[in-house]
Amino acid sequence: MEVIYMLIGFSLLVALIFLGLFFWAVRSGQFDDQHTPSMRVLFDSKDSSSKKSNHNQKHRDE
Amino acid sequence: MKTNTVISPDICFHCGEDCVIDTVRFDEKNFCCQGCKSAYQILDESDLCGYYDLESNPGINLKNVKHRARFDYLEDEEVINRISDYQDDSRISVTLNIPNIHCTSCVWLLENLQKLEPGVLQSEVNFLKKELSVLIDSNNTSLRNVVEQLVTIGYEPEIRLEKLDSKTEKSHQNRSLWLKMGVAGFAFGNIMLFSFPDYLDTTGSGLGGDFHLFFGALNIILALPVLIYSSSDYLKSAFAALSQRGVNLDVPISIGIVALFTRSVYEIVTLTGTGYMDSFTGLIFFLLIGKLVQQKTFHRLSFNRDYRSYLPIAVNVLNEHGEEYSVSLDKLTPDKQIRLRNQELVPCDSTLLSDEAFMDYSFITGESEPVRVKKGDQIFAGGRLIGNAALFKTEEKVTNSYLTKLWNHEAFQNNDKELKLTTFADKISPYFTVAVLGIAFFSGLYWLQTAGVEPALSVFTAVLIIACPCALALSTPFTLGSALNLLSLNGLFVKNHLLIENLSKATSIVFDKTGTLTESEAAEVTLFGDELSSQEEIWVKSACKNSIHPLSRKISFYLKDVIARGSVNEVNKPRVNLPSMATGSIQGDRFVEQFSSSTSTIDAPRDDRAILKNFEEQPGKGIYAEIEGALICLGSRSFVAGQSGMKLNEIPETNFKGSTVHLSINGVYRGFFGIKAGLRNGISELLQNIKEKFSLYLLSGDNEAQRSDFTHYFGSKDSLLFNKKPEEKLEFITQLQENGDQVIMVGDGLNDAGALKKSDFGIALADDISSFAPACDAILEGDSLKNLGVFIKFSNQSMNIIIASFVLSLLYNTIGLGFAVTGNLSPLVAAILMPLSSISVMIFTFLTTRYFARKGGLAIWK
Repeated sequence: MEVIYMLIGFSLLVALIFLGLFFWAVRSGQFDDQHTPSMRVLFDSKDSSSKKSNHNQKHRDE
Repeated sequence: MKTNTVISPDICFHCGEDCVIDTVRFDEKNFCCQGCKSAYQILDESDLCGYYDLESNPGINLKNVKHRARFDYLEDEEVINRISDYQDDSRISVTLNIPNIHCTSCVWLLENLQKLEPGVLQSEVNFLKKELSVLIDSNNTSLRNVVEQLVTIGYEPEIRLEKLDSKTEKSHQNRSLWLKMGVAGFAFGNIMLFSFPDYLDTTGSGLGGDFHLFFGALNIILALPVLIYSSSDYLKSAFAALSQRGVNLDVPISIGIVALFTRSVYEIVTLTGTGYMDSFTGLIFFLLIGKLVQQKTFHRLSFNRDYRSYLPIAVNVLNEHGEEYSVSLDKLTPDKQIRLRNQELVPCDSTLLSDEAFMDYSFITGESEPVRVKKGDQIFAGGRLIGNAALFKTEEKVTNSYLTKLWNHEAFQNNDKELKLTTFADKISPYFTVAVLGIAFFSGLYWLQTAGVEPALSVFTAVLIIACPCALALSTPFTLGSALNLLSLNGLFVKNHLLIENLSKATSIVFDKTGTLTESEAAEVTLFGDELSSQEEIWVKSACKNSIHPLSRKISFYLKDVIARGSVNEVNKPRVNLPSMATGSIQGDRFVEQFSSSTSTIDAPRDDRAILKNFEEQPGKGIYAEIEGALICLGSRSFVAGQSGMKLNEIPETNFKGSTVHLSINGVYRGFFGIKAGLRNGISELLQNIKEKFSLYLLSGDNEAQRSDFTHYFGSKDSLLFNKKPEEKLEFITQLQENGDQVIMVGDGLNDAGALKKSDFGIALADDISSFAPACDAILEGDSLKNLGVFIKFSNQSMNIIIASFVLSLLYNTIGLGFAVTGNLSPLVAAILMPLSSISVMIFTFLTTRYFARKGGLAIWK
């Protein structure tokens, strides 16, 4: 049963990565405005050059 | 909704309004005016036509823009420095408030601003706040260029005086709450997993003692950040309260937190048990959710506005050579000549240098009719110039003007009504804390005598743990948060959820008249004179439709109804006879230019429109149109007389109380339209319904002309007060409060600002909630005023729901205490009972608020 030590370690590591991602998301302002990003989804790629031109749209693409 | 591929022949491709006067054709598309065409042209050249694909006809109508506002002041280094969020040698970051943002296309266009203006490095829209944040390369372009570019495409930023003094607040305060919640949630989830083996196997034999220790140690490590970071707000608040010798609800919560954590660490370290770490982290997690609900505010609305957000940031001043340049208002000194145009505000007390001007003081004093001022007359700050441009000489600095004096009143000095608010939870928390500590001590003592120190300590801490008023702390934010949401769905936006308590306690309601009970849009139009033929009705309506003057629009609306009714049943057409005309009244000449907000009028079937050949509008005087060979002339007495070649005395003067518009067709005088400000829709029912329960007052800055319209609703004579100055309104509210009344004030203008501030619950009425409203506790959509009675009743029910959920959570606490004092509180019981009580309180408040809202007839879904 000693494998549990390792498994728990891994599971905690994965959970910590997600917590880190959550921290990054909050710090980069993704929770500040929860409405406008839902509208950006509608901007389709008819004009693909516009995508890269904009900082916040880049986030959306990632 | 129509798809953009089908272009209806006479709808403007840019803004979607009807092309009435002359259709501008360009690029095989129709535009209603040159402004719209050039906006399209600009976007087309920059390859931004995707704007028109996202929504059909998304543009902002540019017809009504008579002249461009001047942005010279944006060249001024000091101004730039004061309005920008951040500035260095090459870059400026600024947040602009753009009221015109209304759809997906707007967001798309504004976020692609760098295609229009290459100097823009980055632009980002916050739709709910209607804000655009731009980062500008100042070597490449200037702030002024960017703002002027925005104006050309119809997105004029609102740059107000207040912007000078305050940097835009970044809403980062919520971020730390999210992070705290994230940490607590993370720890809660993991600790639950690690505690699970122990629950299955309480003897600890199955997995072996090592695992027991391992999981215990992990739990402590995971719980530490929750104690230090996530729960810090509660611990700090409790400490602050105790050091001021007070007790708030955070005190028993903190006692619970500390008891939970130390007891758990003790059990784990001494290998006597598994501890309550899952209950501990779960408790913090739920509490933080409650806090997040509590912090929900309406970002796009600002509730703390004063005159500085009403006045523009700069004004056009004339120098000795008669050249205009713009000066920011805080630098404006007395004895300067300023030029104002239609719809612009007088920034400080001034005298008129031009011969004549019309001033609209409705927002400042509540007077419903524009006032005519003559050369040399004094004009108060805040008045709105109507009609032709005029010259003024400034008399006072902005800060010393009539308008700003109101803000020196003490009601504005010690603000923050909500700081004085104490929740029901805070009120009972001292008793609660004493009771909990008492029970803990007595049961501890009992066990000390019967069983010894160790069980006594364990029972003592168990009581503190289980009595932790988590569900109690949640009941207020969840009930009121839910009530806040429901009220906002129905058009009442309350600033802070605690203020709902003030709404529920109200005993008297004070109404403003102009713009609150009456509504200029809901005008009563009557035609005094010979009946028009249906052909003539169409002519007059078409002529009026072309004018943006509010009176014309009212006539056009009125005629639309008449035409619609007439086509159903010719006999039902109302017939009004020419009343007796009196002489000597100046009312007849009131035909004054005043634009209302450029909301588009939705249109009737096309067959009631006629083609205009010629159309002319003289601001402030009247309109003249040639339709299908007929000459239609509408306006003031002198205008109609002049245009139709009549003598002035051929047109009778009237004694009609309200605005009058005279009409002649083909040079023959046909009578006049009398227009009175009507009551808002549903107001008489509202007043009828609530006059039994509350004492109602009418407090108006206007004259007594409409007194008789209201005596029916307001009972005694003392409750109808006219000609009240802003300070008198404030004093009236104070008097009511001294008599022990809880006062709701409903108003809309700056003249109500003092009264709104002083009252226990100030409601600012706004037809467009993002437009300017004075400082208040809640903003109410004009159409929802009729529901005021329901709102008050609902707020009462919400307060009862809070009490009911208190009882519910106390019930859980009692059950838990039963386990605790008998020494049976196992970690498993705590882990089930504590989240269960929190969740059931959440569900209970969610369901009951919706039930009562529905019962009261409020919408509970979007």
